[in-house]
Order: sequence, then C-alpha cells, then structure tokens
Amino acid sequence: MRQIKRRIYPIEENCMGCRLCEVACAVEHSKTKDPISAFLEEGWEPFSHTVVEMIGPVSFSLSCRHCDEPYCVEACISGALRVEGDGRVVVYEEVCVACGMCVVSCPWGAIKPRKRDGVVKAAKCDLCPDREVPACVAACPNRALIFDTALGPGLEKVEEEEIIEG
Amino acid sequence: MLYDSVFVFPNFEVERDYDKCIVCKACVQQCTFDATYYLPYRARVVSKDTNCVGCRRCEAICPTGAIKIRRYQGEFKDNAYWTPRDLKDLYKQAEQGGVILTGGGNDRPYPVYWDHILLDACQVTNPSIDPLREPMELRTYLGRKPDRVEIRYNEDGEPELKTQIVPNLVAEVPVIFAPMSYGALNLNMHRAEAAAAKAMGTYWNTGEGGLHRELYPYGDHTIVQVASGRFGVHAEYLQVSAAMEIKIGQGAKPGIGGHLPGGKVDEEISKTRMIPVGSDALSPAPHHDIYSIEDLRQLIYALKEATNYEKPVSVKIAAVHNVAAIASGIARAGADIIVLDGFRGGTGASPAIVRDNVGIPIEMALAAVDQRLRDEGIRNWVSIIAAGGIRNSGDVIKAVALGADAVYIGTAALLAVGCTLCHKCYTGKCAWGITTNDPYIAKRLNPEIAAERLTNLLKAWAHEMKEMLGLMGINAIESLRGNRLRLRAVGLSREEMEILGVLPAGA
Repeated sequence: MRQIKRRIYPIEENCMGCRLCEVACAVEHSKTKDPISAFLEEGWEPFSHTVVEMIGPVSFSLSCRHCDEPYCVEACISGALRVEGDGRVVVYEEVCVACGMCVVSCPWGAIKPRKRDGVVKAAKCDLCPDREVPACVAACPNRALIFDTALGPGLEKVEEEEIIEG
Repeated sequence: MLYDSVFVFPNFEVERDYDKCIVCKACVQQCTFDATYYLPYRARVVSKDTNCVGCRRCEAICPTGAIKIRRYQGEFKDNAYWTPRDLKDLYKQAEQGGVILTGGGNDRPYPVYWDHILLDACQVTNPSIDPLREPMELRTYLGRKPDRVEIRYNEDGEPELKTQIVPNLVAEVPVIFAPMSYGALNLNMHRAEAAAAKAMGTYWNTGEGGLHRELYPYGDHTIVQVASGRFGVHAEYLQVSAAMEIKIGQGAKPGIGGHLPGGKVDEEISKTRMIPVGSDALSPAPHHDIYSIEDLRQLIYALKEATNYEKPVSVKIAAVHNVAAIASGIARAGADIIVLDGFRGGTGASPAIVRDNVGIPIEMALAAVDQRLRDEGIRNWVSIIAAGGIRNSGDVIKAVALGADAVYIGTAALLAVGCTLCHKCYTGKCAWGITTNDPYIAKRLNPEIAAERLTNLLKAWAHEMKEMLGLMGINAIESLRGNRLRLRAVGLSREEMEILGVLPAGA
C-alpha cells in the first residue's frame, strides 16, 4: 500500500484554454529550460506531456494520471515503464524500444512517442522531478491545475474511479 | 484594411517581437476581439490593429513578453480643438448613424478634487497614534441614528435604553462593493464579491439584476437593489438581504435607464431576473411609480413593511446639480442611507455622450449634501455613502472627512480582478472574463482568485486608513466623519473651497 500519491488534478471549471501549461511543460523538458530557446533555437522539437482538450467552453489540461494499476506498465514489452515507490509511473528511456504498446494502451492518451536527436522514445508526464511543483501547475494563471501530494478524504473517491480493473 | 470601411482608424497597435514569439498562440486564443490571428502558411501570429481595444490581455498572457500594446503611432494632423477621439467618433457615427456606446467611468480631463485636497497630521502639540500599538477602529454603522438617547431604570434599578434604535448595517471596513448587476457582470464576479464582503465583514451590492440563488447564504452581507426595472425582486430576495437599496440614478448615466441586451440573457440570468431567455432587459429611466418625494416614501415604506422593519433602506441617486435639496427630501422620505454617485462612476453600458457630459463631481455633491443635512439638523437621520471614482484609501479618508459614512467601490473592485479600463464592457466580450456571460470567456475569472484579490485590496486599504487616522491622532473613523478642518485645499478657487467647506493650505 502506498502512503503518498502525487498527482496533478485538472479543474475543468477554471481552465480557460490558454495552453500555458503546454508551454511550461515543453520548456521544462527542453535542453535550456528557457522559453525562447526551447521553442526557437535548441533544435529539439518542443514537446508537451500535457494536452489541453477543448470543446466549446469545456476545456482542461490532461496529463498522465499515474494510475495505481497502469495499463502502460502492463503493456510495456521491455520493462521501460515502471511504477516507482512514490506512485509515479516513469519511463526509463534507455530501456524503451519504442514499440508503441504503451501509447495504444493508455486510456487517457497521455503517452506519446517523442523524437529527439533522431531517436524515438515513449514520453509522458514525469511530475517534474527537478521542481517542487510541476511546471504546468506553476504556470497556470487560473488555478486550473492542482498538485496534490497526499490523499485527502475527498480524493479517495477520485482515486477509486481511476483504478482500472485489469 | 481589406473589407473595412476606409474611415476606420485604429486606436492601438499590437507590436509583436518575432525574435521572442514562440507561436504558442495563447494570444490568439485569449483575444476575444479577433485582433490577433494565426497565419498557417507563414507559421506566424499577426494582428489586426483596428480590432484591438487595448485591454492588454494578450500582453499579460504572453509567456515570453513578445507583445506590447501601444497607442497607435499614426496621428492625425495636429489640432488643439478637434482631438483624434472626436474625429474617430464622428467617423463612426457618420458610418453607422447610431449612439456611441461605452462602458466604465468618465475618462475626460475634468478636475479631480481629491487631488486638490490634503490631509492634516499631528505634530508636537497633539500626539499622533501608532495603529500597530494602539486599537484603531474602522467599524462603521450605517443607517438612521436617533435624535437623542434616553435612558430609563428598570425595577432592579439597572439603566436601560428607552430610545428605540432602528436597524443599522455594521461594516468593519467603510468600503462596500458597488452595485453591479448579474448580467452586466457574470456570476463568478458576484461569487467573488460576496465571498470577499463576508471575509472582510463588509457588504456587496447586487445591482438591479437580482441575486442568484446560489448566493443566498451570503445574504447577511448583501445589499439588494430595487431599481426601475424591478428585475429579480421578490419577497425572498428582500428577506434574505442585509439591506435594500432603491436605485434612482447612476453616476455614469444620470437620468437614463439601463439595457441588458437579450443576447446576454441566458438560462441562469433569466431565472434570476425573472424574464424570458433572450429578451432584452430594459430598465426605464424613471421609476414609473415615483414622481415625487411622497411617492418615494411609499416605496421605502413598502419595502420596510415587506421586511418587517428589520432592514435599513437606502436610496441611490446620481450626483446632479441640485443634489442637496433632493437628498434632504430623501432623508425626509424615510431613507436610512443615501448613496451619492458622482460623475466618475462606472457603467456596464451607456451612451458615451451621457457618460462624458452629465453629472457633477462626487466631492462637491458630498460636501453640499453633508452641509445641507447638517444645516437642516437631519444629518443623523441618514448615513451617506459616496460612490463614483474612489481610487485609493486616500480618497476614502478624504470622502469620510468631507462627510461620507462609507464609500462604494465599483471600478476599483473590477481593477482588482484584472480590468484594464478598456471600456468595452457593453460588448459582452471582456477578455478578462469580468463583464461577459459567455461561459467560455467567463471561466477566466476564477472566483477563488478574484475573492482573494478583493479581500487583499480591502485589507491593504484598511491598513492604510488606520495609518492615516493614526497620523491625524484619531482612533476611530467615525470621529473623522465630516471633520473638514483636517483637510486643506491647494489650487482651488474661493467658490470651490466654499462649497467643499475646506480652508486653503496655510490657513
């Protein structure tokens, strides 16, 4: 049993669709971590792990749910996807063979293939290990993303819904 | 530009630094006036300056600071009489043949009397007070006060109050959120105002568009308005409130009514205002049942009767030429509070020509009304709330010293949550999500953030007011009310100082 589960929760009512979370994610996962260089100069295609889904007034920023029993981990043929002790689902890029099984198995569409320096690997939200608060959460101007580090009584329900029976 | 009339000249230009633009298109998504769009073949974001209203939403949201909104550089030939604004307005009217609408408050360069009044401070012979060490009171009681207080002794010989005290509003800070209707503002802004008013122990005002049922729990901090259109007025609405306000006039557009376009009337607004979805909400210019002070008295007492005489009734009028005589009549009609709305007061929509040319400054109206009620010996019958262009806590203190009990802040409250005074409230496309009911744009105003910002504003002002009271050696704001000897005027004529009741600096 895990004691701590760190997750980013999107708040649909507050998301206004500006996509600054996507910008922040791409910048955080760039070489230079500078917004202008990340997009214009460094040669890596800017790549965001979170995607703002929008239909009319409904929008929210969706990234990896870090499921308790992740389909992607089950589907991974090389063992590159693992659940860490703190609940994070992580890609070990050196092991990834880019078979694409995780991409098709994720019900949230939260894993995408990413090409960098000519090599394709699975890429997904890593909850920004270098930051106290993930970049997307820090960049959101309207508090449409919340970073929860502990399970409160209100969140147990949400977690139950997210457990996918295999 | 192509397909535009040749008579359209831009007011602003969007300057984009393409060395910094990362083509994230946040500006395109955030601009509600279609002034910014994406050119796929050039992979560039470009602007249509004629559509830009100068709200600066794109500038605020741009992650790399690539955008600057500037006043349009192309100028008409210099003319000290015909300003570019006159020309552009005239072209627009020649094109469309209609009334030019605007939102916000009067932005013309009329004198600002607040800026000609200075405060007194204690030195040597009268000690000032340090508000951080000594108690300082901003609590204000709004409503009718008795002419004299009589005491009787009961059988046990204990003294008790013989005079009957009528209900008063108790505001912990003498700053109240001004009436701005649900419809003109969206529900998120009303949620924020209600939450901030509750947190700070003050009040907010519904404006004439009724009170959404979701906000009934905030009733104790809500002043509900009864205006000429009677939108949203029903028994429960009156009963849930802390006080009721009869709106006669509005500072930005004295003497004219209101018009909420049918397009803004969605399901929730329709329920709250009690009108069909999509129908225009027209507030008549006068109340059709009020043509005299006696008629006003009937409505005041109808409201008091409906609420069992448990709540004060306020009457809001625009500051106009003979405001002192009108205020005297209102006091005699039985109102507990009189709200004076000066010509700088804001509006959701008004003909620009009315906003820019009608009414008088709140400083003058306030001083005149306070003096008139004192002269007639009925100042204690009513409290006075000054509204219309209160910009900072200095204005609040000066207003109190000129005779106000409290102030309303409308524009200042909107500024606190992001408004940049682009004056496009009437379009319903507010890019900051304040004066729009489009569910997609209204999401930009997170009620939680907005409530925090409003609370912070009131906290900051309260702190500053305490400092200013302390330096004047006063420990309660009620002791400053009408104390014009603590004010001095600079750069005003003798007549202006006479009306303000303020001595010149050095005297």
